[in-house]
Amino acid sequence: MKHLIISIISILFIGAPIVTRAQTIKTSAKTQDATAILNRVDYNINSNTSIIKSNMIIYGRRNSRTVTSIGYSQGKDKSFSEYLAPEREKGTKMLRLENNLWIYSPSTDRTIQLSGHMLKQSLMGSDLSYEDMMENRKLTEMYNAQVVSTDTIDGRETWILLLNAKVDDVNYDSRKVWVDTQRYVPLREELYAKSGQLLKKTELKDVKKIDGRWYPTKINYKDMLKDGKGTDFIVLEIEFDTPIAPYIFTKASLKK
Amino acid sequence: MIKFIFKGILRDKNRSILPIIVVAIGVFLTIALSGYLSGMLSDIIDQTARFQTGHVKVMSRAYAQNIDQLPNDLALLGIDKVHEELENDFPNYTWVNRINFGGIIDAPGANDISKGQGPAMGMAIELFSEKSGEVNRLNLKKSLVDGRVPDKSGEVLIGYEFANKLKVKVGDELTYMGNTMNGSMTFAKFIVSGTVRFGVASMDKGTIIIDFTDAQQILDMANGAGEILGFYKDEVFIQEQTEQMCDEFNAKQAQDPDEFAPIMKALGQQNSMGTYLNLVNSVSSMFVIIFVMVMSVVLWNTGLIGGLRRYQEFGIRLALGEEKGHIYKTMIYEAVLIGAIGSVIGTALGIVVTLLMQKYGIDISGMMKDATMMMPTVLKSKFSPQLFYIGFIPGLLAMVIGNMLSGIGIYKRETATLFKELEV
Repeated sequence: MKHLIISIISILFIGAPIVTRAQTIKTSAKTQDATAILNRVDYNINSNTSIIKSNMIIYGRRNSRTVTSIGYSQGKDKSFSEYLAPEREKGTKMLRLENNLWIYSPSTDRTIQLSGHMLKQSLMGSDLSYEDMMENRKLTEMYNAQVVSTDTIDGRETWILLLNAKVDDVNYDSRKVWVDTQRYVPLREELYAKSGQLLKKTELKDVKKIDGRWYPTKINYKDMLKDGKGTDFIVLEIEFDTPIAPYIFTKASLKK
Repeated sequence: MIKFIFKGILRDKNRSILPIIVVAIGVFLTIALSGYLSGMLSDIIDQTARFQTGHVKVMSRAYAQNIDQLPNDLALLGIDKVHEELENDFPNYTWVNRINFGGIIDAPGANDISKGQGPAMGMAIELFSEKSGEVNRLNLKKSLVDGRVPDKSGEVLIGYEFANKLKVKVGDELTYMGNTMNGSMTFAKFIVSGTVRFGVASMDKGTIIIDFTDAQQILDMANGAGEILGFYKDEVFIQEQTEQMCDEFNAKQAQDPDEFAPIMKALGQQNSMGTYLNLVNSVSSMFVIIFVMVMSVVLWNTGLIGGLRRYQEFGIRLALGEEKGHIYKTMIYEAVLIGAIGSVIGTALGIVVTLLMQKYGIDISGMMKDATMMMPTVLKSKFSPQLFYIGFIPGLLAMVIGNMLSGIGIYKRETATLFKELEV
């Protein structure tokens, strides 16, 4: 009897670290997998340079608007966009250099720099904020990833990755990302505040292979704090790793 | 009889001074605090009506549902027709258009670098229309710290603290950046025509006022308005009347299923003002009831002390054959007189203090430096005819009830034991 009790105690106390170690190994493997997945997602979504012509369809309760723009980006710190239509927005330009954002308005011929909490304001009445538009860093630079589950979206198998911020200066403290298991492209995303509140949801569709990358060409952003159908972002044309003239990323180009 | 009692009160001051002082203090406090409460309530209602709610407000149904978000995308369109209808149906009201909007104000500095920037709460009012009376209603001329009220398109009035923050003065240029009612990005240049002290901390720190037609143009709101405010031409708010008017207007619109059809709301139905009005009324009533109860207990106690002091006097009067009921009655008459004297003194003092507070008020701007809610920075009392009786009646009642309670002891005296008690 005495031996039996000792055996049970031994199993309980010696066995426990074994179980924990096994769990750690499993978790570590998952983390490793998740990081590898995220790296491949980053490869698809990010490039050294990109030029994107797009339509942004903003759905309101009364009507919807389509804003056409062309955007240039280089690395994670430089981007420039010019609005081409409608007439109200035509000629409006935005330049982002690191954390600074300048907006040029042709009607007033003024360039305004936005900073601080102003960047949280809605971009042209859409479900995106200026901050959302400015974010161009790789996911692996901002988040630690973990595969938490699997799911199927529109018949495609996905991993559900839980991303937790590893740096302080992120717009969203955590994200849940549904990543296509075959093409390594996100198909759905949920963006959360530090409090755990769901702030935004995105649905990424019409994934196409462009220059060797899988890229979603239709994205619906939905601000969960607002009513409505959200904002559609539709890629009309896209070029990856095309050289961009350096003057594009200067303040002088805003008034050109 | 009354003359006899009055002489008694004057000759035996020990009998009357303490109760008169107690009643006078109680009545004074009731009147001064009631005046202060109604002053504060009236200030807040008045300020809220002038700046935010009107005596009634007409807006689209969808706008009314999301009013906290300043949803100009849900604004009322076709306002010419709405005005026509309102002016025909409710000619006793002045109807004015307003647009509340948000955005960013940027003050340009040298070399196209901003010298100041901040989020702005914009108010567009009918500045150039004398008929609207908006300049007087918002007391803009008297509130100017510097400059003048805009008299042409493209001019802006700005809260004086906001102007200091942006480092702008009269004549300087500002750029507004915001969204039109359709969500498009919009920019506009304005010249600062004046800086203004609204007397509301949150407004002084971030409000701009522009003309309504400028806002319509900038925000793409042709023939539209966020809100149409109605002010009763006598500038007096009567809650029941406005609610009845709203029911009448809304009943007419009930058949229209459009979410952008107009809806009318009374002041008491907006910004939780109804709850606020009821709360303050309840607090005032509770205050008077508590006063009567507390004063009755205090004066009961005073009466008991007086009764003890006059124990011998009542005994002699009973021994001389005076009826208990008569003694009790004279005591009550005395209480009525003492209560009346104390109440008159308290009422007079209370009304004087209320009138002084109405004129000068208490400046609490120092305490409101970081306030973001809409509160007047000078708290004032308000004189109303009800102050003449709101303290007087409870003062009198408390004295009479107190004496009635303490006087019951007279009926417990036994005539047979009077001589023993009096040690005659």
